[in-house]
Amino acid sequence: MSLEVIAPGVLSLLQDRGRFGAHRIGLTNGGPLDPEAFNYCNRLLGNDPGSTLVEISFGGGHFRPTVDTFICVTGASMPLTINGAEMPLWAVLPVKAGDDIRLDFAERGCRAYLGTAGGFSVAPSFGSTATVVRENIGGLGGDKLKAGDSLPCAAVSGRRCYYLPPEHQPRYQDMVTLRVIPGYQQAHFSRLEQRRFFSHGYTVSERCDRMGYRLEGPAIACDIEGILSEGICLGAIQIPADGQPIVLLNDRQTIGGYPKIGSALSLDTARLAQLRPGGTVHFAPISPHGAHNALHLAHSMSGRRTLLERQP
Amino acid sequence: MELHSAGENALILYLGRETSPEVAARVHAASAAIEAALGDDLVDLVPSYASILVIYDALRTDHLDVGHRLRAALSDLAENASLEGRSVILPVYYSPETGADLEALAARAGLSVDDVISIHSGTEYRVYAIGFAPGFAYLGQVDERIAAPRLATPRLKVPRGAVAIADRQTAVYPAVSPGGWNLIGRCPTRMFDPLATPPMPVAVGDRVRFEPVSRERFLALGGEVT
Repeated sequence: MSLEVIAPGVLSLLQDRGRFGAHRIGLTNGGPLDPEAFNYCNRLLGNDPGSTLVEISFGGGHFRPTVDTFICVTGASMPLTINGAEMPLWAVLPVKAGDDIRLDFAERGCRAYLGTAGGFSVAPSFGSTATVVRENIGGLGGDKLKAGDSLPCAAVSGRRCYYLPPEHQPRYQDMVTLRVIPGYQQAHFSRLEQRRFFSHGYTVSERCDRMGYRLEGPAIACDIEGILSEGICLGAIQIPADGQPIVLLNDRQTIGGYPKIGSALSLDTARLAQLRPGGTVHFAPISPHGAHNALHLAHSMSGRRTLLERQP
Repeated sequence: MELHSAGENALILYLGRETSPEVAARVHAASAAIEAALGDDLVDLVPSYASILVIYDALRTDHLDVGHRLRAALSDLAENASLEGRSVILPVYYSPETGADLEALAARAGLSVDDVISIHSGTEYRVYAIGFAPGFAYLGQVDERIAAPRLATPRLKVPRGAVAIADRQTAVYPAVSPGGWNLIGRCPTRMFDPLATPPMPVAVGDRVRFEPVSRERFLALGGEVT
């Protein structure tokens, strides 16, 4: 009763919505880098929101179910084949025990979500199944997926084959604008430095992972070098001594001592995480009020988006 | 007290400008008050040296509401909240065998190894912050006489339980990890055990004392010297 991992691809991790409430003992959030694609995967499958799925970075996975069930892949456009036949993403697909499921490398975007009906049944630690390899917590023994792993899932029949119409599917670009709430040590960046930050494009460096995306571009100077270590929220933008911004993501350390110029919206860090090295990032300031409005609007819009059903 | 925007669902509260046991006590008291005031609207809290990051559920409330509630909850928090905190004793086997930098640190300080041990174990510490890795607690302040800068070349592998000093802070490594702190001994108590309740023996604001134990006692308590 499982999905067998024949080959995990570059980096595949079991993730639920993330681990919350454990920062005080030093545990980070984990969870999907792109919650939009993650949420759609569960919603299409008719799963409880936040059910455990596989997050696949870059692509290259090979899987085989031992039961008849349904799968769905959302997110980065990784060509999907079942028994050699090309299949659509953002759609619920029936699979039989022994089927050969392959994902090729992403043509656009970087993170995809592979789910099964009912999600994968993994014991949570600290209230979550999210895998954080650095902390050795979550998933299967705190590790990324390896060839030979079995991801427990149930045999399911009679699910509806929903799909998200193409016009509603996100189109991942090579350029992302991060809306940033100025905050934290913002006052320690002069007006000139803030203007520099908000008016230039930055490039995603090779050093981008689930902890954070290190960018390259015009250096930003801060009038302090370090601060007493303090809590870091998702999307916080650190400016270390070399002036190159780091946008902190789901697996960031919970505290840190570099000055921060503000924090990007989660709606936008989801898009950032779909960028690969070489991608372009721009920053635009937004007020806390504007950010709150954007968050609620996006929440309301995604809830109203209708799924269509394919006739078998 | 200062309150700043931190992100779309986070405010950061500053309770002091520098590290001190008094500020740590205030951080501890304020954390409890914030939890009570925000209830289910609170997603997570990161108490640290002189600040608290407050993460709230932005689909249920907003920065203005949370700001009001924080100010109200903290207005009667006494400036000099002398908070006792819990008192925790951690056994340590101090030795060159378990503390590779003990002798060098003593030599640098112009003290004997025994002096270093009695100064380190004779001080009561406060848990200033927890972070870096699960269960990593930053304790202060270390007596100036045995304060020591981080190693120029960090070790790739510091063993679990290593007791170490960096500047005026001390810590017990909760798991094997790279690290640049000066190792002076080893503690058999698990600082982070995901299966235990609670998973950590200390919380921010607690008071910690180290108690020197013999090699035999250390091993009997489950410590390992390798």
